[in-house]
Amino acid sequence: MTSIKKRLQAERRFKFYGQLGVFLSLLFVTLLMLKIFTTGSGAFFRTTIEADVFFDPAYMSVDQNSTKKEISRASFEALADSVVSSNFKNLDDANFIKVREMFTRRFDYQLRDHFLNNKDDFNRTITLDITASSDLDQIVKGNYPRNVPESQRKINDYQLSVLDELTDQDRIGSTFNFWFFTNGDSRDPETAGIWGAIMGSFYALMVCLAFAFPIGLFASVYLEEYTKPGRITDLIEVNINNLAAVPSIVFGLLGLGMLIGVFNMPFQVPLVGGLTLGFMTLPTIIIACRSSLRAVPPSIRHGALALGATKTQATFHHVVPLALPGTLTGTIIGMAQALGETAPLLMVGMVAFVMEIPGGPLDPATGLPSQIYLWSESAERGFIEKTSAGIMLLLLFLIVMNLTAVLIRRKVEVKW
Amino acid sequence: MVYFALLLLFIVSYSFYYFGKNRALKIKFTGNAKLASLPDYYGYFLVLVVFIPSLIIWFVLLLYKPTFQELYVLSPALFPDIAQWSDAKLGLIMNKISNLAVIVNIPETDLLAGQKSLVNMSSDNEIIAARNLASFDSIYGWSVVIVFILLPIILGLTVSRFINQKLNVQPIVENIIINVIRFSSIVAILVTFGIFFSLIFEAFKFFQYVNFVDFFFNTSWNPNRAWVISSGETVDPEILKDAFGWIPLLTGTLLVGSVAMFVALPLGLASAIYLAEYASNRVRDVAKPIIEILAGIPTVVYGFFAALTLAPMLKNFGDSVGIDISAESALAAGLAMGVMIIPFVSSLSDDVIRSVPNSLRDGSYALGATKSETIKKVIIPAALPGIMGSFLLAVSRAIGETMIVVMAASLRANLTFNPLEPATTITTQIVTALIGDVEFENPKTLVAFALGLSLFIMTLILNIVAITIVRKYREKYD
Amino acid sequence: MVEKNMNYALKTNNVYVHYGNKMAINNVAIDFPKNEVTSLIGPSGCGKSTFLRCLNRMNDVIDSCKVEGSFIMNDSIDIYSNDMPIESLREKIGMVFQKPNPFPKSIYENVAYGPKIHGIASSQSELDELVKESLHRAGLYEEVKDRLMDVATGLSGGQQQRLCIARAIAIKPEIILMDEPCSALDPIATAKIEELINELKENYTIIIVTHSMSQASRVSSKTAFFHLGNLIEQGDTTKIFTKPDKEQTNDYITGRFG
Repeated sequence: MTSIKKRLQAERRFKFYGQLGVFLSLLFVTLLMLKIFTTGSGAFFRTTIEADVFFDPAYMSVDQNSTKKEISRASFEALADSVVSSNFKNLDDANFIKVREMFTRRFDYQLRDHFLNNKDDFNRTITLDITASSDLDQIVKGNYPRNVPESQRKINDYQLSVLDELTDQDRIGSTFNFWFFTNGDSRDPETAGIWGAIMGSFYALMVCLAFAFPIGLFASVYLEEYTKPGRITDLIEVNINNLAAVPSIVFGLLGLGMLIGVFNMPFQVPLVGGLTLGFMTLPTIIIACRSSLRAVPPSIRHGALALGATKTQATFHHVVPLALPGTLTGTIIGMAQALGETAPLLMVGMVAFVMEIPGGPLDPATGLPSQIYLWSESAERGFIEKTSAGIMLLLLFLIVMNLTAVLIRRKVEVKW
Repeated sequence: MVYFALLLLFIVSYSFYYFGKNRALKIKFTGNAKLASLPDYYGYFLVLVVFIPSLIIWFVLLLYKPTFQELYVLSPALFPDIAQWSDAKLGLIMNKISNLAVIVNIPETDLLAGQKSLVNMSSDNEIIAARNLASFDSIYGWSVVIVFILLPIILGLTVSRFINQKLNVQPIVENIIINVIRFSSIVAILVTFGIFFSLIFEAFKFFQYVNFVDFFFNTSWNPNRAWVISSGETVDPEILKDAFGWIPLLTGTLLVGSVAMFVALPLGLASAIYLAEYASNRVRDVAKPIIEILAGIPTVVYGFFAALTLAPMLKNFGDSVGIDISAESALAAGLAMGVMIIPFVSSLSDDVIRSVPNSLRDGSYALGATKSETIKKVIIPAALPGIMGSFLLAVSRAIGETMIVVMAASLRANLTFNPLEPATTITTQIVTALIGDVEFENPKTLVAFALGLSLFIMTLILNIVAITIVRKYREKYD
Repeated sequence: MVEKNMNYALKTNNVYVHYGNKMAINNVAIDFPKNEVTSLIGPSGCGKSTFLRCLNRMNDVIDSCKVEGSFIMNDSIDIYSNDMPIESLREKIGMVFQKPNPFPKSIYENVAYGPKIHGIASSQSELDELVKESLHRAGLYEEVKDRLMDVATGLSGGQQQRLCIARAIAIKPEIILMDEPCSALDPIATAKIEELINELKENYTIIIVTHSMSQASRVSSKTAFFHLGNLIEQGDTTKIFTKPDKEQTNDYITGRFG
């Protein structure tokens, strides 16, 4: 009797361990998502300081009749300084610098951009929400602790007092940080954006697709339709399956060694990054395509051949279109994996500080995951939320791509 | 502009399909003749004739644009001593000229301060070269487009004149098509060869500096010592020997990997067993995809999490109980990696467990065994080869993982088996070796390839063994 | 027994077929009269389908299959000669398969595919006419005329098979091969197809493989009986089914085996 009891107890324990395993795994997923979301959501807002801006002709080299070209080339730094001194009266030199630092370093660009679109504000005073510096932004968001000694803080006591004063006057605001989506990288966290990295990854993925999809499709067609099963095709199949399991960093080394070393392609460009990712994605596409081709019943081929079509026509008019949805599913999944890969990008140099948005696959660029990596390595705290926000965006893209693949797969399964 | 040309090429080629096919059909119907090939094939033929040569030219023009630019701009007429310039100097001057080219047509009064100083720092010849470059780009763009309208059209029209009823294009077209798709399969194989070749070639160059045996058996890893060396300098091999020792990297990799497997194996196996044997279909349909998500999360995210959250958390915990846990411990990286690997173990094991035939289960239950006893004593042993295969594949994944360790583990080598200490891995050092200047003649850079080679071979062996085990297992039950 | 005044669409002689080392067809010779229906009967595995597939060279698709013998069409064309491209051959000799295999495209596209690749129609309207006429001849037009763009796989089994017949007719063959066309269909659909075969023979020579003796006796004027790769007997259908020469034939038709 006791033996049965013991055994049943052991049974319950065992089942519990199993549930624990599943539970913990699910817990990790949730915790990871939560952490990313809470850290990252801050990046979508930036702190602003409301200031009265007098477009004082004395400090401006352009006026309301200047052309757009002239305005974009003019310097607004003097104007920025004048705005600081007019909003904060009676500052000595040291404090002036401290207050100026509370505004974003690119204060002058903000003034210029406003003036470009509102030339009639010349010689007028308006109220603008100026972006705050990253350190101030982080203090306001609560990411920097306030109650530590001044030496351990990025914001000194004087700046804190100014901040409190401004808060009392209701001049500290928060606005949606669309710069995150439109700007390229920047040394200042408050103006750093991810658009450059998105375009870099976009071009790289386009190159990856242009390389891997046709070659993967044609290779699969050849292996499935035109060769007889035998030692050579077996060897090729083993080859491809092995390639699918090679670590991504080895592909990066391939890109570096072959494309850059032997073929002398340029460093840091999405073309090379894309080709490297293409090498990596090729086995995935071939495996998906072959399995889709196999799923097409032979009767379709026979029907076409019996009508007098050539093998090529039968294959490309009938078999390949039917295998296309399955192949596309595999391709999208492969591309999603390629999007998230950082190591190959590191190897080909797509990981340095690039401010300009790339215009094509031959312009220097970073990729989305490598930008995330760069930001995470930065010492500035303001970049932490940017890193998380970047991760959120990356995950969003991945979710969309995977969902698309699943939808396509579901649509196909109805057929046979 | 150049991509627009490609689009044009596609459109032109496509229209030639109809052109060729209709021409053939016209011959057939008006001449009441019997065509030597199927009508479509005349269309395909023209497409190939038009498309392939133009595509090749397009590629060449695109890829070698920088070379053409350089040739055009850096001519010996402007720079007489150009033959003696080093690659670095060529790059620098070209860069300077590129920056100049952007501003060279702007009137001087409109230049910004920074741009003005650039102009002042440049020689007259450099400014002439910059003007050449600026005009080159637009000429180039337009000529490519024109070539891509004219060339295909001329080709296509000329060749189409040869279409008559006797012209048997079918074998030609078939031949080309078969060779194109055959070539595509070869590319797939070439990738493997490319990996082998580039790794071995560069690693071989490395082994000229450091002896093969010294590298793989040395326990000291200190590449800083080798940084003082620039290409071409002869170096004392003794210094290099102590700079590049593989062993601490191997132990670091295995250490982090073990921590990861320590997490992933129990959790993955437990999940697999529960989902395969106990869970209802509904639970399975929800839980399995969510666990798969863990595998789909990019590794840079895990690295970020490990470095930002896990490592400090562990360090603080260690501090509070008096144990010294490094901020770059193998533990932090290993834990994050373990979570990432859970789906590798659980998915494969789940499939393997489910494929154990029900007849075995029935036999055990009929004897009165509980479910857990059946699982422990009958099913797991039967599924063991498959589970081991999944285990090996997961280890292979852990060994090859890069970002988590780059972000969370240490950059300094440390020969230890204590997960609380910092450690570095093979993959981390590959990345470190290649950040900064990449010089293909310097052992500092080349060591990355030697490391890559060792990594490739290790994972290859693991993968082959894993796949063989799983296949042998499947043969048993299918 | 060769009747001297008859026109033969296809004459075969000394046919041997091997799959690797295994012999599937052993020295068969049959002549197929023009615009008549000839049926090939025999128990399962006797080689009749294999023989049928020789006639439009579908066996070429199978690597291990080796075909020998003479196949002469209209007393002049050697089917297996190098001068006869396979695609042209299959324009003249069409095939309908055991299990209906329409392409997963529209009804129109199914019928139009053959004419398109052979360039039979010189204009879109001619193509439309051809499709319409083929569907008529296959007895399917009335049922599908309002939904020509619907996907073919939505039709019933019998309709699909008639579609396959229309598809084969559209390229204007001289001979139509049918490999057990009704074995996957219900009796009503079968009857429709048998009726169709009767009409089709006015314009085409039909060679049909069937394992139903009643079907053979209903539709064909000539019958050939196969057994284990050998041609046991061939001749008038009525004769084969009432007073066969060979005892094996008699055993088969009386149901003693097969």
